[in-house]
Amino acid sequence: MKNLGSVFAAYVVGWAVFFAFYLTVARRTALLRQDLDRLKQSMKKGS
Amino acid sequence: MWKRGFVGAAVLSLVAASAYASFFIAPTERTMGLIQRIFYFHAASAWAGMTAFSVCFVANLLYVWRRQPHWDSLGVSAAEVGLAFITIVLITGPIWAKPVWGIYWTWDARLTSTFVLWLLYISYLLLRTLIEEPDRRALLSALFGIFAFLDVPLVFGAIRWWRTQHPAPVIMGGPGSGLEPTMRAVFFFSVFALHALMAFLIVERYDLEKLRTELDIVRREAEAL
Repeated sequence: MKNLGSVFAAYVVGWAVFFAFYLTVARRTALLRQDLDRLKQSMKKGS
Repeated sequence: MWKRGFVGAAVLSLVAASAYASFFIAPTERTMGLIQRIFYFHAASAWAGMTAFSVCFVANLLYVWRRQPHWDSLGVSAAEVGLAFITIVLITGPIWAKPVWGIYWTWDARLTSTFVLWLLYISYLLLRTLIEEPDRRALLSALFGIFAFLDVPLVFGAIRWWRTQHPAPVIMGGPGSGLEPTMRAVFFFSVFALHALMAFLIVERYDLEKLRTELDIVRREAEAL
């Protein structure tokens, strides 16, 4: 079982990178959607 | 929305199955032992990263030719996803290298050209943050992206043209190279799973870029009122 810790570390760090990337994309999408809705509503009020 | 959730769950299951196969189905390699199992994740991530950069390259060429904004959106989406995969290659490589070579890193041809590739695509994304005007940003980053892609064949050829620290290729490596059949099957399954993940992430990232374009249009309309 030599180096089992290193193999696990490689896989866990790799998955963490994917997960973090997916989270940043989801967060940026949610923020943009909020901005877009806010802008559309303020345009409606203004017209 | 449920469709996207279903696709996401399917991709996640594929990636989990490939990890299971790497740990429990692939045989243990004779000389390196357990640590060689990193290969299925490390090399498959490299292949997926190179495919993402190829998508970016084609999108950049099409933007320069056609000047349609969706090619710019696809280019930046594929570049970011490719960068995530190459980051994993640069992290898992040293974890594998330490017990086998006795060192985490050396400036050999393959490692250096991969690190340069990573820096080039970081620069591609940084360049985009420096230019305000959308058409100019798209054109300059597409031209830079085409230049950055020149390093991809160099990364591919580095272990074929120069014999330095990194091992010679076991896939497409010519006579004398190759993998044991079960190892080969597990490797190609991992390549397939990580390509599915890459495609899923590019689609997610592309949707973000589409939303950004829509916001820019609405913002311009609001300013014009």
